[in-house]
Amino acid sequence: MRSLVPLPVVVPLLGAALTLILANWPRAQRTVSVVALTANLLVAVLLLVEAYRYDPVVVQVGGWPAPVGIVLVADQLAALMLVVSSAVTLCVLLYSIGQGRGETSESAPVSIYHPTYLVLAAGITNAFLAGDLFNLFVGFEMLLAASFVLITLGGTEARIRTGSTYVVVSILSSLIFLAAVGLVYAATGTLNMAQLAARLDALPDGVRLGLQLMLLLAFGIKAAVFPLSAWLPDSYPTAPAPVTAVFAGLLTKVGVYAIIRTETLLFPGGDVSGLLMVVAGLTMVIGVLGAVAQSDLKRLFSFTLVSHIGYMIFGVALSTAAALSGAIFYVVHHITVQTTLFLVAGLVEERAGSTDLRRLGGLARITPLLAVLFFVPAMNLAGIPPFSGFLGKLGLLQAGVAVGGPLPWVLVAAGTLTSLLTLYAASRVWAIAFWRAPQLATAEPMVRLPHLMVGATVALVALGLVLTLAAGPLFRVTADAAADLRQRTPYVEAVLPGGAR
Amino acid sequence: MRTGGAGPTLVLVLAVGVLTGTGVTLLLERSLTRILLGVILLGNGVNLLILLGGRPGDAPVVGTGAPGDFSDPLPQAMILTAIVITFGLTAFLAAVAYRSWYLSGDDEVQDDLEDRQIVRLAERNEIASRDLGGEGPGDDPEQVDPGPARRRLRRPGGAQ
Repeated sequence: MRSLVPLPVVVPLLGAALTLILANWPRAQRTVSVVALTANLLVAVLLLVEAYRYDPVVVQVGGWPAPVGIVLVADQLAALMLVVSSAVTLCVLLYSIGQGRGETSESAPVSIYHPTYLVLAAGITNAFLAGDLFNLFVGFEMLLAASFVLITLGGTEARIRTGSTYVVVSILSSLIFLAAVGLVYAATGTLNMAQLAARLDALPDGVRLGLQLMLLLAFGIKAAVFPLSAWLPDSYPTAPAPVTAVFAGLLTKVGVYAIIRTETLLFPGGDVSGLLMVVAGLTMVIGVLGAVAQSDLKRLFSFTLVSHIGYMIFGVALSTAAALSGAIFYVVHHITVQTTLFLVAGLVEERAGSTDLRRLGGLARITPLLAVLFFVPAMNLAGIPPFSGFLGKLGLLQAGVAVGGPLPWVLVAAGTLTSLLTLYAASRVWAIAFWRAPQLATAEPMVRLPHLMVGATVALVALGLVLTLAAGPLFRVTADAAADLRQRTPYVEAVLPGGAR
Repeated sequence: MRTGGAGPTLVLVLAVGVLTGTGVTLLLERSLTRILLGVILLGNGVNLLILLGGRPGDAPVVGTGAPGDFSDPLPQAMILTAIVITFGLTAFLAAVAYRSWYLSGDDEVQDDLEDRQIVRLAERNEIASRDLGGEGPGDDPEQVDPGPARRRLRRPGGAQ
């Protein structure tokens, strides 16, 4: 079982190399990518079963023992993230194949799409599996470098304009992260997270707080938490639809994952929970107010993306077992639903020629299937019962009420308000783009949507519904993961069987 | 650069401060070329900062001396990795700056168009799309989707 752990990183990287070699054979390229990501999904499921039933699965890369060598750790949280991210990357890959990305065209030239996409997938899985801070940094850099290429794909003027913002902000956050890594090493003499868990506790409070805030700042930029979120709605919408979808679903969540990991394993005790709660509340409300003001589908969804990051930060800030469980559930739900919505926006663009609400109308009559595909995830995002969005929000709000106190109550109110405003934004899109008199931005009356694009979107909508139906077992897994995170010992003992020094 | 184990040399600390300070200042500029220079300086400052985190001493090669005198090799390994990564990202940023200059004649980072539009609307106290009442695209407030009503009328005996 151990030998499986590095596979989610190694297989996509090998796939990237192969697809680069096969640049002139698009069909072979597509096959390699699909096989690599399917293998990832299978491995991830196996790892999750193993981590849930037994202990975290740990592999010491190259046989070097833990505090010195690089470790890859698949505990329940990491394995769960792996499963969701592999499923989502696979669906988005199929969607992009259906759309014809990767083949030479004006907006997506050259055959670098597949290799870059696979490197992105490898970076994401490496960040989830990393057992030490420097490897986490490397994972971030892998996915960032790949995302730079994907966001400026084709090098058109609009993409370069928005891409340059994204590149500069990402590099800045990486440098802050790198400086924090250097300071953590200077203070403790180790970067292995299991060993850090013991050694950081012994540091003076001021040093500890400084390190914590620096890491939070770096991850906060990546996760697009409110004062650090302005880059996201400006840079995501211009990229090709599948690229935006996978970015929206996964890249910010890698930041959230890193925040969960540092706040539970490295800096438990909730020193900054007040700050995190304020930030979470502002992220929710200001993000969704931005969404209400937008008139472009992709920008609107970018703002709801920022807004709903607040829910996860709220769960982390409360740091009770129930709240962490809710936050993990919400991450899983939000990855799926946000990716689906961006894929639907891509379908709308393909069918109607634009995602600008001022130029759209009556899509419900023109393409009823598209209307259903939009309606289900949109209501899911807004938190209408019985969808998983409702269950996740309910879990978080209940955890907030259980903690009590003025700040959690304000946050519960803000969460409810955000949910309502999300519903307002979603129903506004529904009323304008789907319900009023038909209007298309394209001159062609009948565009046939490729079956593979529709199929991939249907698969993700179905995955969202499965999350709703399987919410009971899923909550059992997240509760278990949250309990392990709070105890810290399962992780530490799995990595360092002899005990941390 | 051994200082008798008394701590880091002042020169290194000053270098980190100056590099980081200049880097941040340059990052605040609008021109991508200056931002690029800022990224390079900031990256070097951070790399030196990591170097400060390890113990100074002799070259850490087994067999050349007592292990107690060795400098800490781990930060140096990390810096090597970080240098490679920063180099790659810098090259990409340079390409973006060149492409931006090629396409638009300058390499300044521009404001987001859509953002400006929304600010302008907000100043005039208008909403993003004036169709909240369900009016149709032709600016006619009464023009809701006429399709269902027409179908109802066409149905035999449907219209009373």
